Amino acid sequence: MNSAIPPSASLPSMGRDRGWGGAAKALDSDVSEPSMTITAASPLAAATAPRIRGSARRQWLGLLYIAPAMALVIVFFIAPVVFTVWMSFHNWPLLGSPSWIGLGNYTRMLTDNRFMAALGFTAYYTVIVTLAIFALAFPLALFVERERRGVGAYRTIFFMPVVVGLATASLLWVWLANVDSGLFSPILRMFGVTGRSANLLATFDNAFWTIIVMVVWKIVGFTMIILLTGLQSIPTDLIEAARIDGATAWQRFRMITLPLMRRTLALALILSVTGSVLAFDQFYIMTSGGPQNRMISVVYYIFNQSFVSFQLGYGSALSIALLGILVALSVIQLWLLRGDEDK
Amino acid sequence: MTDLANAPLRRRRLLGNIGFHGFGVVASFFFLAPFIWAGLASLRPGAEASTPPLPPWPTTGISFDNYATLDLFGAGIWQHTINSLLVSLGTVVLTVLVSVLAGYGFSRFRFPLKNVFFVLIIATLMIPFQSILTPLFIILARLGLNNSLVGLMLVYVTLQLPFSVFMMRNAFDAVPREIEEAARIDGATDWTLLVRVLLPLVMPGVATVGIFAFLNAWNEFLAALILLSDNDKYTLPVLITAVRAGRLGAINWGAVQAGVMVMTIPCLVVFLLLQRYYMRGLMAGAVK
Repeated sequence: MNSAIPPSASLPSMGRDRGWGGAAKALDSDVSEPSMTITAASPLAAATAPRIRGSARRQWLGLLYIAPAMALVIVFFIAPVVFTVWMSFHNWPLLGSPSWIGLGNYTRMLTDNRFMAALGFTAYYTVIVTLAIFALAFPLALFVERERRGVGAYRTIFFMPVVVGLATASLLWVWLANVDSGLFSPILRMFGVTGRSANLLATFDNAFWTIIVMVVWKIVGFTMIILLTGLQSIPTDLIEAARIDGATAWQRFRMITLPLMRRTLALALILSVTGSVLAFDQFYIMTSGGPQNRMISVVYYIFNQSFVSFQLGYGSALSIALLGILVALSVIQLWLLRGDEDK
Repeated sequence: MTDLANAPLRRRRLLGNIGFHGFGVVASFFFLAPFIWAGLASLRPGAEASTPPLPPWPTTGISFDNYATLDLFGAGIWQHTINSLLVSLGTVVLTVLVSVLAGYGFSRFRFPLKNVFFVLIIATLMIPFQSILTPLFIILARLGLNNSLVGLMLVYVTLQLPFSVFMMRNAFDAVPREIEEAARIDGATDWTLLVRVLLPLVMPGVATVGIFAFLNAWNEFLAALILLSDNDKYTLPVLITAVRAGRLGAINWGAVQAGVMVMTIPCLVVFLLLQRYYMRGLMAGAVK
């Protein structure tokens, strides 16, 4: 494993040199001359871990155990993040040499109408799909919270679409919604909703709502389970006491259940929002960007810039913008979750 | 029969049960129906594949035409299933290996910068991998791992690590240290201790980590779409999307239905068999 990851040595310095040097030292000395290491390593180890069983040298072995994980994260995650920043300051074609253009990509982004349209569409989609998921997940969570015979089977069934891939679900639904050989079009005609064969994916609104229904079907079980854990963590005697005091079902829900679930709600909300902001598969597979290219999400736009137009520098700048949005959402998440603990 | 006083109560309970299961059955139908329709439609004869599935089940006997048609796309359905299996199972094995080692290291050792390293791994959760695909494409090319299933697998393993290392560290933390003390007194080395004594005790955590690694790698689409350029290397989601888009010949909806089934069934089987471990992982992620 270790020999398969030479790039860690040539990575841009990230202030981790000490740790990596330490790992290499521990590795070397442990194999060849164990007695020497104790003197070499003990001052630092003794400083951080004064009273540990076993020798100080043994503690350094921990670095060896985490080395493969660190190597993978550095090569395939942290280096790409740093590299994204670097690339975003360049005009970076697929072939030929990149040229430094400073903030050129970022100023271009601000006046890029198609990027603004992608941002707008992604925000619209995120709001609608999150509302739709919650509107259905909450009743389902209340339904499966009841301890009745057979409730386990219902939980499992409602959750099943979650474990199937979003790409798989998109392919399944794009067939169902297909005008010629799908199921929805003849069913709608049978019930007299539409006069002739309806192509659900031809207009923006119909295609958009078809995708919303597909995503809700696919995701709602997940949100339901998250909300269920919140419901189950509420002490039953609280509800019972309120019932005895004469609170109505709505009052109990409004005054006890909802406030106590704030943390869970915040978590479910943020998971839904971050997931939706990163949506790609359903638009690419089901509508190829949609009627009049109006269903291009942010990730889809980055994909187009980087891997269709091969403007890798501009794609990187857009990625940094996306990263900024997601980090901002994460900060909001931490703030929402912390707020509850303080009270 | 005799206690008439209980009759209204019993009737109310009966009505409650009917209401409960009535709602449950109807809701279950909506969640299951797309799977069932696609499954039954995929078994219709090839000639019917382009017609609406009314009724949505085979009327003239079960046929595997659609699966045979699917085999004509790309390098054949077996090759692409093997591609997907190689990547997914490789991701499972490597993720388990790397996260067990890291979980053990983070749980049982003290070394400089330990918390920095741990936070560094977990913090990658805050960064969407969609935003690093552009440089990943270039870095993999420099490493000679572009258009390679191994390269894709290493990316998937990395994406699994924050969750998996977190899970495994907690699993090791939950094992009492006295167990190791005893084994160590008997002269066990770190390695035998880990493999013989601790590993059996953290097996539930390993199962959780493995299931998530499998499902995520099996289902992943965007990275596979970008990083694999050779038709023969396509994993199943990329292949079936190409079939649906008509990039590998005329669109054949029967083949798409068959492909959807090939992708769906392993996920549902893994989930239904190992649901307990899946839910554990979900809870751990949710509580965190």
